[in-house]
Amino acid sequence: MEDTLLNWVVMIDISLQKILKSSTGEMKLDLKMQFEEGKLITIYGKSGAGKSTLLMLLAGLMNPEKGYISMGKDVWTDTSKHIFLPPQKRNIGFVFQEYALFPNMTVRENLCFGLGKGQPKAIVDKLVDIIDLGQLQNRKPNTLSGGQKQRVALARALVSQPKMLLLDEPLSALDHEMRLKLQSYILEVHREFGLTTLLISHDVSEIIRLSDFMIEMDQGSVVRQGIPADMFTNDRVNAKFQFTGEVIGMVKQDFIVIVTVLIGKDLVKVIANDQEASSLEIGDKVLIASKAFNPIIHKIS
Amino acid sequence: MIDWNPLFLTFKLALITTVLLLIISIPLAYWLAYTRSRIKPIAETLVSMPLVLPPTVIGFYMLLAFSPSNAFGDWLDQWLGIRLVFSFEGLVLGSLIYSLPFMVHPIQAGFANLSPSLQNASYVMGKSKLTTLMRVLLPNMKPSLLTGIILAFAHTIGEFGVVLMIGGNLSGKTRVASIAIYDEVESLNYAAANSYSLILFGITFIILLMVYLVNGGYFTKLGRDD
Repeated sequence: MEDTLLNWVVMIDISLQKILKSSTGEMKLDLKMQFEEGKLITIYGKSGAGKSTLLMLLAGLMNPEKGYISMGKDVWTDTSKHIFLPPQKRNIGFVFQEYALFPNMTVRENLCFGLGKGQPKAIVDKLVDIIDLGQLQNRKPNTLSGGQKQRVALARALVSQPKMLLLDEPLSALDHEMRLKLQSYILEVHREFGLTTLLISHDVSEIIRLSDFMIEMDQGSVVRQGIPADMFTNDRVNAKFQFTGEVIGMVKQDFIVIVTVLIGKDLVKVIANDQEASSLEIGDKVLIASKAFNPIIHKIS
Repeated sequence: MIDWNPLFLTFKLALITTVLLLIISIPLAYWLAYTRSRIKPIAETLVSMPLVLPPTVIGFYMLLAFSPSNAFGDWLDQWLGIRLVFSFEGLVLGSLIYSLPFMVHPIQAGFANLSPSLQNASYVMGKSKLTTLMRVLLPNMKPSLLTGIILAFAHTIGEFGVVLMIGGNLSGKTRVASIAIYDEVESLNYAAANSYSLILFGITFIILLMVYLVNGGYFTKLGRDD
């Protein structure tokens, strides 16, 4: 904490309490979290853990019974002072799970709808360019595929040039290839616009690939938080090394197959025999483990 | 040859009633669809009452309330110079109450069927409730609006009891087609009654057919933009 303050890092500070009523009964949402501005954070957890509610509360679309949300010096919600900034004034980009594109408008009109009064249209053209929507501009949302709709929703959320981007399971309905493509768009806009991004995801490889920080929720509370690669790999260590990754290439050489696996942001080559390789496909999630009889220790500084 | 005045009056009444009802019902249906107020059930009941209440009951109470021999009717007459009994204005007011549920219900259902994320997306994009209503919600529920407009129009054409109680049977002022039919039958003039009846039958058939064709997607390009 001390050194983040010294480095002028803006912290987002959240403490929220709310009773959620659902068909399965009541659940108490009780969340406390802090993270740095400018990071890409994943919220992970079972369905019904309160992840979407957290995003709704952040966006001001729901009210907590008690708590506060502050972004550096800006206070969005503070029940003790009766502060409740309406969603219109929070300047947040929100990508909804079911896209929420306006069916009566074309793709371009959907984007332009997000422009503030007197805001130049240059941002629309820029986003169309970054997210490759050129061909789709004059189409109505109902004529688009799931992946296309999701790209439009992502672009539309960024038109008002928000500081924070909230994504509610944006990729869950997409096939593998589309998913990878959208992940790269998300990373690109996150960096390009210096966003603080909160992403709800269930997909381990997606979380490891995209996020700087991850928060796991269960039953309305934060159960764990940390660096994703550590969280998914450290907990089951048992006298051996163990990583999860994704197969991104397989090359057969003589009697063996060299499998390229993406672990975190690193590529690792692993040797597999024919029999092992026959059960693998590109895109599979795999566990790579090694009995640590002779690990190599290499001094790096 | 029949007197065309009652038919003309009927359509004038239906048109004015429908336009006024549309203006009243959009905010009312919006409130009913989104409110969590405790008085919502009472408001919904009041809106729906004309569906089940005999039109003569509505007409009777309006007649009592607006009669110049009563305090309220007298006040209207003395101070505002409005006499709602046995006048066209009275018919319009009666029709507004009588046809209210036929306009409010489809529009309320239209709001309820829209995904809440459409509204949320618009708010997050910085748009006010009014802008969201006009540019996002209403344009995406055109079939509901059309159903409301047509049902209210058709129902006002078919009105009889309220009109008879509050409007009476003044030629050119309050004698609408349904009253004229009754009047002709009473004077055993079946041919004229049949002419009016056939015209009303034909017109209401065509109007309702349009609703089902449009909402059933038979004119995809007319009814929906998607």
